[in-house]
Amino acid sequence: MDGAARPPLRTTCPYCGVGCGVLPEADGSGGWKVRGDPNHPANFGRLCSKGSALGETLSLDDRLLHPMIGDARVGWDEALDAVAGGFARVIDRHGPDAVAFYVSGQLLTEDYYVANKLMKGFIGSANIDTNSRLCMASSVAGHKRAFGEDVVPGCYDDLDEADLIVLVGSNAAWCHPVLFHRMVRNRSTRGARIVNLDPRCTATGEEADLQLSLAGGTDALLFNGLLVDLARRGRIDHQYVGAYTEGFADALAMAQSLAPDAAATARACGLPTDAVEQFFAWFAATDRVVTCYSQGVNQSVAGTDKVNAIINCHLATGRIGHPGVGPLSLTGQPNAMGGREVGGLANQLAAHMGFDPPAVDRVRRFWRAPRMATREGLKAVDMFEAVACGRIKALWVIATNPVVSLPRADAIRAGLDRLELFVVSDNVIGADTVVRAPIRLPACGWGEKDGTVTNSERRISRQRPFLPPPGEAQPDWWIVCQVARRLGHGDAFAYETAAEIFAEHAALSAFENAGSRAFDLGGLAALTNEQYDSLPPFQWPQRAHPLSPERSRLFASGGFLTANGRGQFVPVDAPPEPAGDADPAFPLRLNTGRVRDQWHTMTRTGKSPRLAQHLLEPFVEVHPDDAARFGVADGRLARVRSAHGEAVLRVIVNSGQRQGSVFAPIHWSAENASDGRIGALVHGAADPISGQPDSKATACTIAACTYPLEGFILSRDLLALSTPYWVRVSLQTGWLYRIALEGEPEPSWGAWAARLFRADEGRLLQLSDPQSPCYRAAYLCDDRLAGCLFVGEHGQLPAWDWLSRLIGQPVTEEAQRRGLLAGRASDGVADQGPIICACFAVGRNRITDAIVADGCHSVEAIGAALQAGTNCGSCIPELRRLIASENALHAA
Amino acid sequence: MQTDPETAPTDPRLEHLVVVGNGMAGLRLVEEIVQRAPGRYAITIVGKEPEPAYNRVLLSSLLAGEIGEDDIRLRDRRWYADHGIELITGDAATGLDTGARTLMLASGKRLSFDRAVLATGSNPIRPPVPGSELRGVLTFRDLADIAAMRRLATAGERAIVIGGGLLGIEAAYGLARAGIGVTLLHLMDRLMERQLDPRAATLLRQAIEAKGIEVVLQAETAAIVGDGKADGVLLKDGRRIDGGLVVFAIGIRPEAELAREAGLACNRGIIVDDTLATSAPGIFAIGECAEHRGQCYGLVEPAYAQARVLAQALLGEEAGYNGTVLATNLKVSGVPVFSAGDFLGGDGCEEIILSDPGRSTYKKLVIRRIGGSQQLAGVVLFGDTADGLWYLEMIRTGTAIDRMRGDLIFGRDFVGSAA
Repeated sequence: MDGAARPPLRTTCPYCGVGCGVLPEADGSGGWKVRGDPNHPANFGRLCSKGSALGETLSLDDRLLHPMIGDARVGWDEALDAVAGGFARVIDRHGPDAVAFYVSGQLLTEDYYVANKLMKGFIGSANIDTNSRLCMASSVAGHKRAFGEDVVPGCYDDLDEADLIVLVGSNAAWCHPVLFHRMVRNRSTRGARIVNLDPRCTATGEEADLQLSLAGGTDALLFNGLLVDLARRGRIDHQYVGAYTEGFADALAMAQSLAPDAAATARACGLPTDAVEQFFAWFAATDRVVTCYSQGVNQSVAGTDKVNAIINCHLATGRIGHPGVGPLSLTGQPNAMGGREVGGLANQLAAHMGFDPPAVDRVRRFWRAPRMATREGLKAVDMFEAVACGRIKALWVIATNPVVSLPRADAIRAGLDRLELFVVSDNVIGADTVVRAPIRLPACGWGEKDGTVTNSERRISRQRPFLPPPGEAQPDWWIVCQVARRLGHGDAFAYETAAEIFAEHAALSAFENAGSRAFDLGGLAALTNEQYDSLPPFQWPQRAHPLSPERSRLFASGGFLTANGRGQFVPVDAPPEPAGDADPAFPLRLNTGRVRDQWHTMTRTGKSPRLAQHLLEPFVEVHPDDAARFGVADGRLARVRSAHGEAVLRVIVNSGQRQGSVFAPIHWSAENASDGRIGALVHGAADPISGQPDSKATACTIAACTYPLEGFILSRDLLALSTPYWVRVSLQTGWLYRIALEGEPEPSWGAWAARLFRADEGRLLQLSDPQSPCYRAAYLCDDRLAGCLFVGEHGQLPAWDWLSRLIGQPVTEEAQRRGLLAGRASDGVADQGPIICACFAVGRNRITDAIVADGCHSVEAIGAALQAGTNCGSCIPELRRLIASENALHAA
Repeated sequence: MQTDPETAPTDPRLEHLVVVGNGMAGLRLVEEIVQRAPGRYAITIVGKEPEPAYNRVLLSSLLAGEIGEDDIRLRDRRWYADHGIELITGDAATGLDTGARTLMLASGKRLSFDRAVLATGSNPIRPPVPGSELRGVLTFRDLADIAAMRRLATAGERAIVIGGGLLGIEAAYGLARAGIGVTLLHLMDRLMERQLDPRAATLLRQAIEAKGIEVVLQAETAAIVGDGKADGVLLKDGRRIDGGLVVFAIGIRPEAELAREAGLACNRGIIVDDTLATSAPGIFAIGECAEHRGQCYGLVEPAYAQARVLAQALLGEEAGYNGTVLATNLKVSGVPVFSAGDFLGGDGCEEIILSDPGRSTYKKLVIRRIGGSQQLAGVVLFGDTADGLWYLEMIRTGTAIDRMRGDLIFGRDFVGSAA
């Protein structure tokens, strides 16, 4: 390599919808470091803990590297022939609606475009849906009802320029940390207020000026109340409403009937009246208001209504399309919006066009499509029901893990066995869905793929490759095009590069558009490969060349995409009764969501030891009163059950949890936990308009799990465990398993430990205390610690982190060896506790030491001393909590 | 006999204390007294060996050639002189008149005393098997035994040590280190069965065998064979082990003859009360010759504890000896072994066991619940005995260990750092 400074390779983070620019740099020892791109307008150089750890997720050890049919490795030709032949047979025999694609917001726009084109224009069905159905469908439907098109009106800069930021159903502090940081910075520099509406007081709530822990599902009611209150105070922008919208009177009348005043609203939402009045007063008095919303709004049987209830208030006040105002849907996935743009949802056709006959005809002509889908296809939940009942006989799952993530996941898993043809293309080999598929196609992963993604502010950014594809992995678009060619559509899928696909996509968006669709990339329709390669991040619409770098906002002066050009108020009725309320066997409501340092089903973040340490285990948060009522204790295991499935989770008793509701994270799968799949519990209820499942309110119950023994195993190698409970966590040089068991395995502890570590029992270091149940073993192979096993009663186990640093390492010092079964060195080397700052791997004990011993009583002081919180800042709420609790402790 | 020329004559104005036996117990008593109250007594100490007291524990190291004779000497003659102590060596006590308070010595010398302390120690047991009188059949007790072994060793004889207890193992180790082929015979099915549990005993056997010593268990001696001189040992099961040097190390018997003949109450040993007083006024007994609460000790630690208590008593202080919780500490063979208390456990006990085969370490704690709390009842340590005394102290004081139970097996360093 020459010594000249080369411009850094710019690409985009593959996690959430913030869409941060990142700069991967080789670390000189075969690995990669990833830092934020200071020039990217989404993040200006900042990254969250997940993005910062991207370099730790690039190993190839769990990659699917070759096409496989059954247990056999096959060549690409054989695999593609099998896929194309299988689809052709099913289509011939049962028609195009007997096949389906289930794709992903992780796909790049170009991948998405060809999959959508193949299904809707060439197979002739609209049975292509995406996991974005699980996260964004209600926002899409709400946008379309209000604006006539799926358009986010504002941009991220509005977060910097608002005076009031309302977060609804969004734990942005954990799920969109980089944007949340912008909000917090605005608060400290400009004095913006933050209001958090969420049944849980999350890390976001802890940072808010006002936390409203409303009853689950009552968000729309609260915004109805707000609309009424705005009218009462005379805050309606009648000029805007009259000039650009319609339906205000009906919407207000409906709102008045349901939420006549603040007191009634507070009652209905389970909130204190003064808190509701405070919120209403702030909203009324502040011109610059941004309302951000996320899964707490979307994942609901009334998700679309919630979106419109929010938009109603912004339309009524004219707070849309100007700097510092507007409704802002925070997208869950890196390319959920890109998927929506190509039409990757079953109820869209392509390029923001629907299934009205002129649109179908327009797209047919553009694609020269032989077999156009003419009506909506099956949305995700319905699609998998059709799989289970045999109506869909051939399914191709691309880059997603529905066996973990879909509601009623156990039933979904069982249904897959009925398929005649089940294909996955993925980059990992062990994911729950991948292991069940007879045909597995190796796809490129992040760092290898080449294409574009669209973030929450309509900004399209390039994902650029910096790694060679491993094994025989290929880009998803290539795989789809190869199957299309084998189905006889070679001419329509003859792309040589991702750039060619993007240019066609851009051309379609502009095709017979003439301002009728906001989604218009006409300015990019003639893009060359070179221009594509150097494409900077930009926002749509871009109707002409050259690109405009300006921040774009829509609807400040009307210009809605409805038939008559007017924005639509939607009267929002009372939400339906939550499902399962009648069943006294399931008195609690299960809320689900993400945690700070994990992503989806952990196939990528699960590889990072740093990220693993924030929250090790699948858990359930329970209000203290519910914990007492159901007899579950903090730190112990509990079984959570619904009518659809069950999970065993570690209990966290948290007064920030709303009584009657429990919260569990969505991330764990059968690959890394015995009983952590939350999707198995979630009911199949969905929003009737958007089809988005309601993942936040499944009727459930909880009971203590009474395993007499708990333990952990540290192992250099992967283990196959059969303990009744286990969770796997990745370490720097091996794995941590937390386990629970009924008692001593047959024939003995020592025999079991020897089998686990594939060791001669006579070579194990062992500690036993048969009367008070305790067993520990360690196995040194060539003086390196290959594994250790610790079992005891709850609370009787030492911390594992000292040992975890020794796994795979030589244990040569006697003090270390003597400490192996004690779990610590004898010299009192401090155990640094669970990792709080994942960016700098700073543990809780180091932080509390800094607070207590070094007098670091502010987040800034801790940052200066330990670096904690100075990168992504997502641990700052926890830092504050630690400061407060330590101060309280030492003041007492 | 020898009355040390450097010894000052005892001061007639002082009470005269005569200590019979210049072994480890007798010397320690004298040391305690002169340190606490120099000049309180006129002291005479009488020993039957030619040399002043030495450290018997180190005899096997001496035999092994790891140390020299100077290294085992406890105090030189100069020390006795400097402290005004009359030292008589090479002269055995032959009679004790409790009424006249007079001690008769083999040399014919008579010592009158105000108080006497019997610290006559013990004698190794020679079982009455045929051939035990043959040349080359020895015991392992004193410097003379060591000298005899060395003579036979230089003649190229193979050695047989009879007795797989502490003493026998130390003897076998010393012989092996001195370059002599050694077979260790033991009557029971495991070594040191009174000090070790089966697992530690097995580890010990492996460690000893690794040092080149052949170990034969369940070996009951029928006879020593040889013509005038030992040639080997015949076992009851018919096996024959060859060797011209046969060492009995099967136990000791308290040396109580002097006391018994003087009419003092004796059982196995000389019976003493908690002030170490015998049945005769002004006469006390300590060390291996004494029997306290039915117990005769064969280790140095109880002897030292008794010496300390007796010194206090002789100086008019309140003092009482309540017995010693025994600890066995085998260090010589390069195989650290420690055991104390009720190390076998059993009903009502809980055992915590830690082992590291790669380091040949094994630790067992026996825990008993007494009242509401847990106490350490016994301990066996093999390979790593650093914390032996710490455990022993807990056993002796009945320390409640509930709060540290989880870390206890890892030793003092770990319990300290857990706090």
